[in-house]
Amino acid sequence: MNTTPNQPIAAPAPESPAARLRPDLRAIAELVDPATRVLDIGCGDGALLEHLRDRKQVRGRGIELTEAGVLACVRRGLSVRQGNVQEGLADYPDLSFDSVILSQTLPFLDDPAMVLGEMLRVGRTAIVSFSNWGHWRCRLELLFTGRIPVAVDLPQQWYESPRRQPFSVTDFARFCRQVDIEIDRQVYMNRGVRIRTGRFKNLLSTTAVFTLHRRSR
Amino acid sequence: MTTDSIGDVTAQSFIFAEDEPFCLESGETLRPVTLAYETYGTLNADRSNAILICHALSGSAHAAGYLGGDPDKVGWWEDCIGPGKAFDTDRFFVICSNVVGSCYGSTGPASLDPATGKPYGLNFPVVTVGDMVRAQVNLIDHLGIDKLLCVAGGSMGGMQVLEWAAHHPQRTHAAIPIATTAHHSPMLIAFSEVGRQAIYADPAWNHGAYYDKAQKPDAGLAVARMVGHITYLSEESMQMKFGRRLQGLEKYGYEFETEFEIESYLRYNGRKFTERFDANSYLYVTKAMDYFDLTQPTGSLAAAFVGSLNVKFLVISFTSDWLYPSYHSKQLVSALTAANVDVTYLDVRSSWGHDAFLLEVETMTNLLGSFLDRLVREEQVAAPAGYAPRALPAPIIGAQPNRTRLADSLA
Repeated sequence: MNTTPNQPIAAPAPESPAARLRPDLRAIAELVDPATRVLDIGCGDGALLEHLRDRKQVRGRGIELTEAGVLACVRRGLSVRQGNVQEGLADYPDLSFDSVILSQTLPFLDDPAMVLGEMLRVGRTAIVSFSNWGHWRCRLELLFTGRIPVAVDLPQQWYESPRRQPFSVTDFARFCRQVDIEIDRQVYMNRGVRIRTGRFKNLLSTTAVFTLHRRSR
Repeated sequence: MTTDSIGDVTAQSFIFAEDEPFCLESGETLRPVTLAYETYGTLNADRSNAILICHALSGSAHAAGYLGGDPDKVGWWEDCIGPGKAFDTDRFFVICSNVVGSCYGSTGPASLDPATGKPYGLNFPVVTVGDMVRAQVNLIDHLGIDKLLCVAGGSMGGMQVLEWAAHHPQRTHAAIPIATTAHHSPMLIAFSEVGRQAIYADPAWNHGAYYDKAQKPDAGLAVARMVGHITYLSEESMQMKFGRRLQGLEKYGYEFETEFEIESYLRYNGRKFTERFDANSYLYVTKAMDYFDLTQPTGSLAAAFVGSLNVKFLVISFTSDWLYPSYHSKQLVSALTAANVDVTYLDVRSSWGHDAFLLEVETMTNLLGSFLDRLVREEQVAAPAGYAPRALPAPIIGAQPNRTRLADSLA
């Protein structure tokens, strides 16, 4: 999670260029309906929430673990609370938000099933983005080198902190079916560029962005 | 860090309840009530740029500038209040009010009881944080301010902030409770009680009737303050500041003179405190803190804030503060979140203990400045006439807090 360098305290620019957003955040921003209530878990420096506020009149809240991230968010004039995902989500009443966002964080969670359940308790919908270890490069890397692959969009070695758990688009879809979570809208990207995948979503995408809702509701 | 000061300031006072008595939570009444206060900056045309600063246990209304032009009488939050500082007096009208029960110009146990013409002493009614804040509401009315932009304060000042937000939510847009708690814990009551027992045990205290005596309960008050000072530090800050160093000695003297630097520090601050504070006020103000519990009467902290949906919160705690530990602030943040209140929270990394709220100027300036910018934008607050924005200097990375201020901390 990057933070902006120190800068004078000033009102944010009226139009922060969307081009500066990370590609998966840009895709997420397009999936958020205007003038809704949004919670961004692990909101980092608040770039997405700021964009949603300025461009889509979204009423956003953030949860962020790092002091630098929280300070950057406050500098952008956002409402953010420091905490980890587990302790942060439990406090919110049911259906407090229209959307709850979790971007590029799923592989790092201790209990992803619990967090996804909580996201769909406090939010009507959830939006997640994650790196896909099912991409053909990962498959070939394991086959030909015998090394556990590094995700294309998450270049982090197995020994680096924080620990992460690799999984693929197919793993995620399977999990959702098992726990009655419906995947609604799907965006697939390859190195930051949106792609049409046809039947080969898992093979061709390096990052997936899904909106989710709970089927039983 | 900017070194600009608001400069010379004057003490002001406001007298109310001259006809109708001021009713206290205890059921007792006071008449009349004087509140000492100071103001810095200019109120804008629509009276929307007012900020109320609440002080801690032994603080006063003198939060910024030089009182009466005396360069030795610097305000207790000078680092954060002034031109271009976190509470920018070029943009905001900053008010700091003393509390009822204090000895800094407001009605308290040292004031003359109009019924007897003598100091109240223990005849002064017990006041609560709620009473302190209702007195401040009278002051804000008197100043013609319908709604404050925010109320801010640390420690007991933070309790007043929470009281404002919970019980007068229509009177402020935002609340900034710092290094505080929504309910005084048994441990905090225990420390208060040790301080009070030290005062009771001083024969010169004389059940509070010492104002006409030559001998004041200075020894008791000094011990109370020494206990207080221990709780405002952290083991780490004591280690850094004093270690096990000896004061002016090469080796142990095997006697009971002051030997360690930490002993010397505590004795000095205890003694110095008796020159500026009243022992009975110490009893009353600590008692007010002990009664503070926003979970009452329902038992739920979230219930205290159901009416505060339109108040925006900035909650700040410090990692090494063991007097008002971070988990107190986290409980508050959880309750506010459950009550659907807009809350921003940061647990600032610091090794300065409870005193950090006066010392972590760098981070505080960033946080408060940005949060106030947001309030100005969202509440469309106009700057006072003649305001020209200035660029804040780039933060000094790794800047050390001003250590000399430790001794003067008003936690």
